Amino acid sequence: MMSHIDEEILRSVTTRPTRAYRVTCIVLALVLLWSFVAWGWQIRHGLGVTGLNSPVFWGLYLVNFVFFIGISHAGTLISSILRLTNTWWRRPFTRLAEAITVFSLPFGATSVIVDLGRPDRLFNVLKFPHFTSAILWDVVCITTYLITSCLYFYLALVPDIAVCRDRFRDTNSWRRSFYRALAVGWTGTPAQHRTLDRLMTGMSIFLFALVISVHTNVSFVFGMTTKPGWHSTIISPFFVLGAIYSGVAAVIVFAALFRRLFGLEAYLTQKHFNSCAKFLLALCCFWFYAMIIEHLYVFYGREEAEFNLVYNKFFGDYAVLFWTMFILCCPLPFIFLAVPRLRTLRNLVPVCILINIGMWLERYSIIIPSGAHPYLSWGLGSYFPSWVEISITLGWFAGFTLLLLLFVRYFPSLTIWEIKEELGANSVTQSGTDQLVGLPIAANS
Amino acid sequence: MPRWGMVIDLDKCSGCQACVVACSAAGNVPLGSPELAAMGRLIRWMQVLPQVEGEYPHLRAQMLPIMCQQCDKPACTYVCPVAATYKTQEGIVAQIYWRCIGCRYCVNACPYTLKWFNWSQPQWPGATTEATNPDVELRDKGVTEKCCLCHHRLQWAKQRARAEGRSMRPDEYVPACVEACPTRCIVFGDLDDPESEASRLARSPRAFHLLEEVGTKPKVTYLKPK
Repeated sequence: MMSHIDEEILRSVTTRPTRAYRVTCIVLALVLLWSFVAWGWQIRHGLGVTGLNSPVFWGLYLVNFVFFIGISHAGTLISSILRLTNTWWRRPFTRLAEAITVFSLPFGATSVIVDLGRPDRLFNVLKFPHFTSAILWDVVCITTYLITSCLYFYLALVPDIAVCRDRFRDTNSWRRSFYRALAVGWTGTPAQHRTLDRLMTGMSIFLFALVISVHTNVSFVFGMTTKPGWHSTIISPFFVLGAIYSGVAAVIVFAALFRRLFGLEAYLTQKHFNSCAKFLLALCCFWFYAMIIEHLYVFYGREEAEFNLVYNKFFGDYAVLFWTMFILCCPLPFIFLAVPRLRTLRNLVPVCILINIGMWLERYSIIIPSGAHPYLSWGLGSYFPSWVEISITLGWFAGFTLLLLLFVRYFPSLTIWEIKEELGANSVTQSGTDQLVGLPIAANS
Repeated sequence: MPRWGMVIDLDKCSGCQACVVACSAAGNVPLGSPELAAMGRLIRWMQVLPQVEGEYPHLRAQMLPIMCQQCDKPACTYVCPVAATYKTQEGIVAQIYWRCIGCRYCVNACPYTLKWFNWSQPQWPGATTEATNPDVELRDKGVTEKCCLCHHRLQWAKQRARAEGRSMRPDEYVPACVEACPTRCIVFGDLDDPESEASRLARSPRAFHLLEEVGTKPKVTYLKPK
């Protein structure tokens, strides 16, 4: 029997997509397709078609790698760590957070493959593994992370797939057998719920450890060299923090988008966004702290190569980039997140988009200036990405958004069983759903 | 087991670039083009760089011949995910071109920026293809390459000695840059042999290494100008 909640949340699955949705999907698919053309061009002519040179050996691809792996951590954080601590406001965000994890990881991982001079020799990493290399640890870490988060994502989906199965039981469409196969016989008995709960808790603990170690490993790729700007102990915690910061911001953006698209105002309330925004504010403050510490040490250490690099970032060639990044990541979001009157949904979405642009620029300002200013350099020391790199970057972002859009067409975008849990908990203590929608929704909902 | 290394006397370098030519010919380093140079993609295992130190009027100009520093603790070999770059038992830091996946981690890790990446397919215009050294592999696009201390000459010297049923004399193995230097500015030899000229010079009070603070322990020693 379909309840009212099921029907409302499933609206994205049951109704025909709008014209705008279809056009967006086609445009995104074309951008992704174009990036494959660019990649093909690069495979044929070598990395010479990029703007890379000696000594800027790593460029946009590595920036995308760190960025995509970064936003994938939000999913794990919100859905596993906040699940363990039983934070109430996580519930309508968990599904989206997990989807962002699962869909951003492939683009993060393939960014490194795109960056290889010889992608045809990729499997040499397995044939001739060299255990002292941080890249090998990354391969192990990211593969484990991808498999585990896919499993975790699927587990949380099973009860909701069963809802879809029941909804499409009497139709003749392909969806009937599709959902039946994926629902693996879920009927929602207390015993099944207990098993699910136990599995989810166990995996949450594992993912908690994994989320820290994966991004630490990503930072090792830079930190385990002697390069000025990379070789520092703060780089790992700073990477983990930045990853969670940009990831939570990405979850807010997509949650607001789908709330608007599919009319989910009753479940993704202003109150949920408000709590999530406060959490983002805390991350923003931590980010500022790490940023100050990182540069203060270099400034007082006066080690020549490190100091020159920081000077270059602050006042030299990279000053515009650095300060844009800084303003987008800290002072600007801080004002909008800290002042309650400004913390509306209408403001939150652009601020979160700007945070993500800022975090992408942050990765750029970590990777490129250090590349251009090594200890000793005989080359150019400047870098501008080529059309191939820009095409692939745009394509990867388009592909990630496309996967998310397609996902919500075929699966519920909110975790129905968790929402019901929340409503159930509330109906015991409060009177029905009134408490949930208690706060006026300031935005244009 | 010898530990091969070299000593470069900065007082003796005249900046003639003979070592650069000899190195490129012996190591099959492509000529490149002005366009590649403008893009920062020229490959030169051996370089002679003009250095100007101090401020006017106390200027001092000198030439700095520079190549892979053949570190005893190489930063590049630790980071390679496929062990394509490694240190031989005789201390030579070498590169396996057919195994390299082109991730450029080693190039980034090298504090001296003295490893090179083939951004595009190397060009061998006209008759230069026939002039390549058959003892050294031609590199493909997408792999890292470096000075391997004319490793092929060591192989030749060992084989010749074995064929003649004797042990190899240290002076039989001489890298191309050392051989070509008209001022004998570069001295090559076994650093573990206290009698060799190289090890004697490496212990001179004028001796220093590039970026000693990084701890890579280079086997290329420089002698300060007097």
